[in-house]
Amino acid sequence: MTPMDTAVQLVPEGPEIPLVAPARRRRREWVSTAKTAWALRRSKIGVILFVVILGIAVFGPFVAPYSPTEFVGKTFEMPNSVARLGTDNLGRDVLTRVLYGGRTVFTLSLTATVVGMALGIVLGMFAAYSRRVVDEVVMRLLDVLMAFPMIVFVLLIVSAVGTKPYLIALAVAVASAPRIARVARGATLEIVGRDFILASEALGVPKWRIMLTELFPNITSPMFVEFGLRLAYSIGTIAALSFLGFGLQPPAADWGLMINENRIGIVIQPYAVAVPVLMIALLTIAVSLMADGLARAIIGIDRKTGVE
Amino acid sequence: MSEVVLTVKGLRVELESTGADIDDEVDFTIRSGEVLGLVGESASGKTTAATALLVHERRGAVVSRGEIVVSGKDVLGLSTAELRKVRGGLISYVPQDPSMSLNPALRIGTQLMEILEVHAFGASKEEREERVRQMMAEVLLPGDKTFLRRYPHQLSGGQQQRVAVAMAFACRPALIVLDEPTTGLDVTTQAHVLKTVRDLTHTYGVAALYVTHDLAVVANLADRIAVMYAGRLVEVGPRDTLFAGASHPYTRRLLASVPDLSGRHALRGIPGRAPLPGRRPVGCSFADRCDFTTDKCVEAFPPYEGPSDEHRVRCWRWQEVGAMSTAADFVPRSASATTRDGEAPVVTTRGVTAFYGPHEVLHGIDIDVRAGRCLALVGESGSGKTTLARCIAGIHPGTIAGGIRLRGHDLKRDSRRRPKPDRQAIQYIFQSPYGSLNPRCSIAQILSPPLRTFFRLSRAETERRMVEALEMVSLDESLLSVYPDQLSGGERQRVAIARALVAKPSVLICDEVTSSLDVSVQASIVELLVQLIDETGVAMLFVTHHLPLVRSLAQDVVVMNEGVIVEVGSVAAVLADPQAEYTRNLLADTPDVDRRGL
Repeated sequence: MTPMDTAVQLVPEGPEIPLVAPARRRRREWVSTAKTAWALRRSKIGVILFVVILGIAVFGPFVAPYSPTEFVGKTFEMPNSVARLGTDNLGRDVLTRVLYGGRTVFTLSLTATVVGMALGIVLGMFAAYSRRVVDEVVMRLLDVLMAFPMIVFVLLIVSAVGTKPYLIALAVAVASAPRIARVARGATLEIVGRDFILASEALGVPKWRIMLTELFPNITSPMFVEFGLRLAYSIGTIAALSFLGFGLQPPAADWGLMINENRIGIVIQPYAVAVPVLMIALLTIAVSLMADGLARAIIGIDRKTGVE
Repeated sequence: MSEVVLTVKGLRVELESTGADIDDEVDFTIRSGEVLGLVGESASGKTTAATALLVHERRGAVVSRGEIVVSGKDVLGLSTAELRKVRGGLISYVPQDPSMSLNPALRIGTQLMEILEVHAFGASKEEREERVRQMMAEVLLPGDKTFLRRYPHQLSGGQQQRVAVAMAFACRPALIVLDEPTTGLDVTTQAHVLKTVRDLTHTYGVAALYVTHDLAVVANLADRIAVMYAGRLVEVGPRDTLFAGASHPYTRRLLASVPDLSGRHALRGIPGRAPLPGRRPVGCSFADRCDFTTDKCVEAFPPYEGPSDEHRVRCWRWQEVGAMSTAADFVPRSASATTRDGEAPVVTTRGVTAFYGPHEVLHGIDIDVRAGRCLALVGESGSGKTTLARCIAGIHPGTIAGGIRLRGHDLKRDSRRRPKPDRQAIQYIFQSPYGSLNPRCSIAQILSPPLRTFFRLSRAETERRMVEALEMVSLDESLLSVYPDQLSGGERQRVAIARALVAKPSVLICDEVTSSLDVSVQASIVELLVQLIDETGVAMLFVTHHLPLVRSLAQDVVVMNEGVIVEVGSVAAVLADPQAEYTRNLLADTPDVDRRGL
């Protein structure tokens, strides 16, 4: 027996109770993880909320009573029979603009998160697998980037490159990549020491191939959770950018932008601010709840099967 | 006859969620001054049964039936407060890994005093301190202040385990439960710990339960042996009776799979695997792997029967089995593996010196590995045996000096810099099949990289070669689509061997490939390796710390200690008449099953 064998056989946990029903297949494992997650109340609430808000964003424009740039009344009118949620600072229908304003939030935050994840995972895996000097250099450089508060960093990029939507998404992606890289590196470090990596190296399999086929499939669980968390952050950041005027430019309908435009009239017509705020808040909560539920399900499964 | 300290009757431990039995119908007694060896393979429920004696149920498990009486006290009925007094006082426990069980933040003196204080042992502090010194003397450790002021990490593994033993004996318990306390230790240290346990049990008249998977260990320690299989005791009896002729087929097969130093017989594994909790049959759980199975065996689990109260067996045909000669369990060693000779070495190392950072861990090693033969590399942990194997395989991360040659040409240090034929020629099999197979890849995905790397093959040809390799390791081709976590440890190691075989290597390096497996599985893996050498004529370097294994597999042996070779020679010569003092000590400390009855 080796130290490694004895290490897993901690007495209080005990090595003797074997798995009664081992996961038969990887695909089934994902199904069972999803089921475990779904069994938690938090993930149910999260998924339902998310689906509702996604539905508003996707189908909203089709059911909106007016055009988002159409003037339907005087400025800052309280809700009435013409404008169900009142009018905004220019007399446009708040309900219509809320229904239109979700798409950009979703597309931008999703793009930002996906790009950020890709960047972060590549950097993190590369650092962890390179070990030693390269690892140190990459991670310290990322530390420098992380020293900037995220929003300041994004503002810096946006003010330098401009406020086109894809540039905003890219800026948020670049800003979140270091944090993702740190998590990816942590997850990868656990795997790089395993013998199957060494086995592939002894065969002379190229390093990029080992990263892709041996390392990456083993860090997908933590990365999924990270994706959820980062998505929640991205939504907040992109809304904040719009609010600060660095995001989408008027007359575009966007929840973050709406908050900024209508905040001067908050005492006269609170709905024009409160509804987009509520939408963003609920969306962030929904994504966080889903990520948390998934994380709990994954940890639960890892506990049962032992870390594999 | 001395008094009975522990009585266990009809103990059943089950999983709370499913009601699956981890242990069932466990009955045994231990008298004072007696050591009962509880032997079983992994997942047989032995640790669960042992910790149940301390009324410790691991998470998810629950004692659902049975009775445990220690010195007239029914421990299962005790309250938590009473239990706290009993544990460590009346019943004590020595865990498997002392480095995990000793508190790393407390000095060992403090920890020893603590257990005495908790159980109000002795009237005064002076008396307790005296007891600590006495205990340290008994476990052959210095009892002075400076030693007691050390932290656990400042002690060696053997010293830590002796501290744990001292703690267990400190309050003069009636019963002591030892859970594989020597598993992580070298043979030399193991011998010391075993001697300490034996002496203390006899001196104090303690009843001891020694849980282990290693029959050789209990052969030297236990007075009686209880054999556990799939959660049930299948045979309980005096040690000598069991070794001379057990009455349960499983006990016999288990004994036959223990490698012995005399090496008169070949190792023989037990095919199949033990049924897991929740999937255990109504009938005898060994029926599907047994040579004696009848219809009756499948219908009902046999009751405890046997020649005497002391020796009880759970087998319908125990009388027939018991009457058979033990010679029938063993196959004589075939001579074919030893006939090849005189071939030029495939791999040679000359003056190989290796470093880990600034530390030199190997000092000028010369070895020759020949085709069709197996060279065993033996040494305790830290001897540099794995480092040498990894240097040859090109996966040692540090600097290497000296020459490593394959068929006369020099090998590059790093496998990545070696040309394809060199990489293909040398294949390395890792110690633990739990770490060496990617859990996210199916068996086909695990077997295909070597084929893709070394040969340009069509898809059908790749498939054919993979199936062929699985056949060579006696696995079914249907396993290609499954994942490692669906396989047992032995099956996983076979897959790892198959991965090495698909490359069609001329040198196979096996690094402790059986040390994480059960003895019966180890035996079948060794059978397989012997057969592979015979059939393919591959040159094998077998790294191990376990001397008896060497006899069953290798023709030549190199004994290493602290990075130097202390002895080289043929296995027969070295084991019969070791020249180096180190080898002699190693041999003397290696526990062996006494098979004089054969």
